[in-house]
Amino acid sequence: MPVSAEAAALHPGFADPVFDAQRLFRAVLDAMSHPGRIVQLSDLPDAPLPLNRTAAAVCLTLADFDTPLWIDDQSAAAEAARRHLRFHCGCSLPEAHGEAVFAVATDPTTLPPLASFAQGSDEYPDRSATIVLQVDRLSNQAGVTLSGPGIEHKTALDAGPLPTDFWEQVRANGTLFPRGVDLVFAAADRLAALPRSIRVEV
Amino acid sequence: MSDGTYNFAYLDEQTKRMIRRSILKAVAIPGYQVPFASREMPMPYGWGTGGVQVTAGIIGPDDVLKVIDQGADDTTNAISIRKFFVRTTGVKTTEQTDEASIVQTRHRIPETALSDKQILVYQVPIPEPLRFLEPRETETRKMHALSEYGLMHVKLYEDIATHGHIATTYDYPVKVNGRYVTDPSPTPKFDNPKMDRMPALQLFGAGREKRIYAIPPYTEVKSLDFDDHPFEIQTWDAACALCNARDSFLDEVIIDDRGGRMFVCSDTDFCTARQAEGHVGPMAGTLPGSASEEVADGVG
Repeated sequence: MPVSAEAAALHPGFADPVFDAQRLFRAVLDAMSHPGRIVQLSDLPDAPLPLNRTAAAVCLTLADFDTPLWIDDQSAAAEAARRHLRFHCGCSLPEAHGEAVFAVATDPTTLPPLASFAQGSDEYPDRSATIVLQVDRLSNQAGVTLSGPGIEHKTALDAGPLPTDFWEQVRANGTLFPRGVDLVFAAADRLAALPRSIRVEV
Repeated sequence: MSDGTYNFAYLDEQTKRMIRRSILKAVAIPGYQVPFASREMPMPYGWGTGGVQVTAGIIGPDDVLKVIDQGADDTTNAISIRKFFVRTTGVKTTEQTDEASIVQTRHRIPETALSDKQILVYQVPIPEPLRFLEPRETETRKMHALSEYGLMHVKLYEDIATHGHIATTYDYPVKVNGRYVTDPSPTPKFDNPKMDRMPALQLFGAGREKRIYAIPPYTEVKSLDFDDHPFEIQTWDAACALCNARDSFLDEVIIDDRGGRMFVCSDTDFCTARQAEGHVGPMAGTLPGSASEEVADGVG
């Protein structure tokens, strides 16, 4: 059967959808239950630009037809990334970020305010967005100090590039608890998470 | 070897993703009950379908699974759930608490302290701690939203007014990270202190009630009480009849029809390990089926 140029241009998803998704989920769970912990990843499938492999793998693991996914780059150049997500996850890709269950910021410096994403309600705080931020820099050296559930004492976390008032926004997000958004930092072959329950000292 | 007729861990991939998303939100909001689309499982509600779905959502081929029911590895519920996962995943199972990466439990927390490499999965029948005080879901949801937990304190106070002390001995309500009043599942209150700042991740699944909730590692878990009636755990006058432990949760077992009884550890792995270390309780070796049965009969 002839393969269309469009299908041929698609990047593959997980080599083993069952076990790769399980492995990636445990990495995200490890990160979410130990905020600030940097979890190393391996054997991630290639992803079309502007997505990085970590962010794409998190989407493949968690997103599907139940979860509208917003990606910040709506340009024609990012069509390959959108096609990748649409094909492998089967998710809708709304233009309005407020409708999204998952959001991917390929350039976090232009991220809309955290408060403009779905925050959940007081009765249903789980109906809130999880935002994946693609970062170049991710380490436990210097940066902000985190404390709260999942952290034994304190953890330092440095990530970037991010909007200049980002940590101020994260602190405001924490004051909304139990409402608020949850964050995943996706760097090359490693990730960290920052749920809303965490106190941040700049 | 797992049964290839089923997908790994029985559930289809979309169901696992749905459960995984619920687990992540549960971890992000400690103690809050996340609704999830609980599936029909090949066992009846009340037999741990919630815990089974949570375990199926997280388990991978490298995991080592331990399943306990009331502390024991060898009771019906524990055996059937362990067999279910052996059949559908082929993972290694163990009875040793420190060997397991996932411990699924019904109504106990192991006596052996858990590490931050382990995940404890609870089977929960009624996840809503306020349910017997307020039957309407719309109301309990509002009470959680407003942190309106006065009714729970009234319940504990009525215990004191009626009995002179807080008579709640299991399902004892806790407050997680200073925010949500949460049901620890019907564990004895003896286990509540173990939940406080536990290094392991604690996940709770309620299949019939369709709720998942979580307590992240190192999270403050406080048992509700009053300044003049502080929370306290059960104590026993006896030591374990088999391993002589005085610091574990003991079950009372009737052993004949003449009023004979013994107290034994409910945690079978803990008790077995202590006996192997040489700890001997007053009735060790005297029970039917044990090696020194005849000797014991002679003495009796």
